[in-house]
Amino acid sequence: MKVDQLSIFLENRAGRLAEVTKILEDNGINIRALSLADTSDFGILRLIVSDFEKARNALKENGFTVGRTNVVAVEVSDEPGGLNNILTLLQESGINVEYMYAFVQQSGNSAVLIFRFDRTDQGIEVLQKNNITVIPGEKLYSL
Amino acid sequence: MILDQDLETLPREELRELQLTRLKSLCERVYHNVPFYKKRFEERNITPADIKSLEDIRHLPFTEKQDLRNHYPFGMFAVSRDNIVRIHSSSGTTGKATVVGYTKRDIKNWARLMARSFMAAGATPQDMIHNAYGYGLFTGGLGAHYGAEELGGAVVPISGGGTRRQAMLLRDFQPDVICCTPSYSLFLAETAEEMGIDVKKLPLRIGIFGAEPWTEEMRRDIENRLAITAIDIYGLSEIMGPGVGIECHEAQDGLHMMEDHFLVEIIDPETGEPLPPGETGELVITTLTKEAIPLIRYRTRDLTSLNVAPCKCGRTTARMQRVTGRSDDMLIIRGVNVFPSQIESILIETDGLTPHYQLIVERHGNLDILTVNVEVNESVFSDEIKNLQRLESKVQKNIKEFLGVSVRCKLVEPKGIERSVGKAKRIIDKRNES
Repeated sequence: MKVDQLSIFLENRAGRLAEVTKILEDNGINIRALSLADTSDFGILRLIVSDFEKARNALKENGFTVGRTNVVAVEVSDEPGGLNNILTLLQESGINVEYMYAFVQQSGNSAVLIFRFDRTDQGIEVLQKNNITVIPGEKLYSL
Repeated sequence: MILDQDLETLPREELRELQLTRLKSLCERVYHNVPFYKKRFEERNITPADIKSLEDIRHLPFTEKQDLRNHYPFGMFAVSRDNIVRIHSSSGTTGKATVVGYTKRDIKNWARLMARSFMAAGATPQDMIHNAYGYGLFTGGLGAHYGAEELGGAVVPISGGGTRRQAMLLRDFQPDVICCTPSYSLFLAETAEEMGIDVKKLPLRIGIFGAEPWTEEMRRDIENRLAITAIDIYGLSEIMGPGVGIECHEAQDGLHMMEDHFLVEIIDPETGEPLPPGETGELVITTLTKEAIPLIRYRTRDLTSLNVAPCKCGRTTARMQRVTGRSDDMLIIRGVNVFPSQIESILIETDGLTPHYQLIVERHGNLDILTVNVEVNESVFSDEIKNLQRLESKVQKNIKEFLGVSVRCKLVEPKGIERSVGKAKRIIDKRNES
């Protein structure tokens, strides 16, 4: 049920982000979701892409430092309280969220949340036990 | 005024005789007491008896900083531990630090040479001396301290740091002499002015500045800003510490070397051949009187030249021109000597960092800032900011701990560091750019 997320180390300088997107475009890779965390010196770009291995190899060949992280994708109804419900469940089970980001699907009325938990497997277990829809990686890559 | 009138103004012929006598005795001492030197002499098929004139020194082996590192900590000492009364050391991890020792007589000689230095700078036994060199393993603080007491001055052992407090004491104690690095004197003056202290009106008369390279422009700047005479002092822990050479206040033109205790040569750093007076090359020093850790032809890596012309102050000793650079990659950051190889070994010992790094030195205001750029590889990369920031602070902490210098660590992308002809360009020194 886990999702492979690609993380990329970026120095804070003009045009660096565009170099990543150019490499992805040249290799026909689609970005499903992304988030960028930054400090004054560097940033970490987190991506979920249509083809993880292809994207990773292409970026590595171009000299980027890349990493793989297991994250969890969760479907949440696009209405007030949707996120709060999930966070409450996690809190009650003592699962910490390291970071998260969200995107809204083109069709339908649900949003997708990407979570990085301190304990990934336990996080998935809690969600599934409470009938929260966890989206498998394969499904997310081809959305 | 000249403290040791007889020795500091010896006719050069007599000085050379004294040096030869001391050189012969030095060779005997190291040959019989330091296995390292015995081996070096044997490799060259020489014995102390082969030293018949000062020119014969060219037959003697050089001593490198690496030799001291290889014999860390006490392997180069020529006396038993019972006779050692003090240890000083450079910064650095095992294998990178150089350790020196002193006998009672070494400490006495050092104090005397520092007292000579104070007097050459224009200080008198009536003066109060504000000593802002760091106390501790670094030789600056204690070296100047003992010299100031030997002179008969009143020493304020404030050591380094605490700049506002330093400014307060300059105002309240009204010292006549200050000892610190040249860049720190400007920073201190700036801080004092911010505190509303009129630095020019203080009785402070003389500044004795060393431990880092500076220029004539900086001297003029310091002299104007603080309304003092700024004097250049030279020394290095391997040889003794501060007081190996000093400018006289009368001429401020070259540093008088304490030649009755140190035999100085200038060599071509490439070939090792001695160069005639006036030519620029690497300074090589033989310690004629040191007991605990005497060194033969120590390669200082400092580039300079010597002038044996008489000086208007009356001293007959050779004068060394201001050090213009180094024949190795040592950096001096706020008075602390830093070798890239020391940074490298600390990086390798810090988690899984690679030895791909670059040192950027800049001068912000009057203070040097050293930034260590380190490449992020996959083994240390994390998708969480806090882990990477923790890595940066760990590097900063380790460097501070082992080298005693505060740096800024910055993670960079791999290959972000310029490689010239396959060899990484390790140092970018922007201090001399305007």
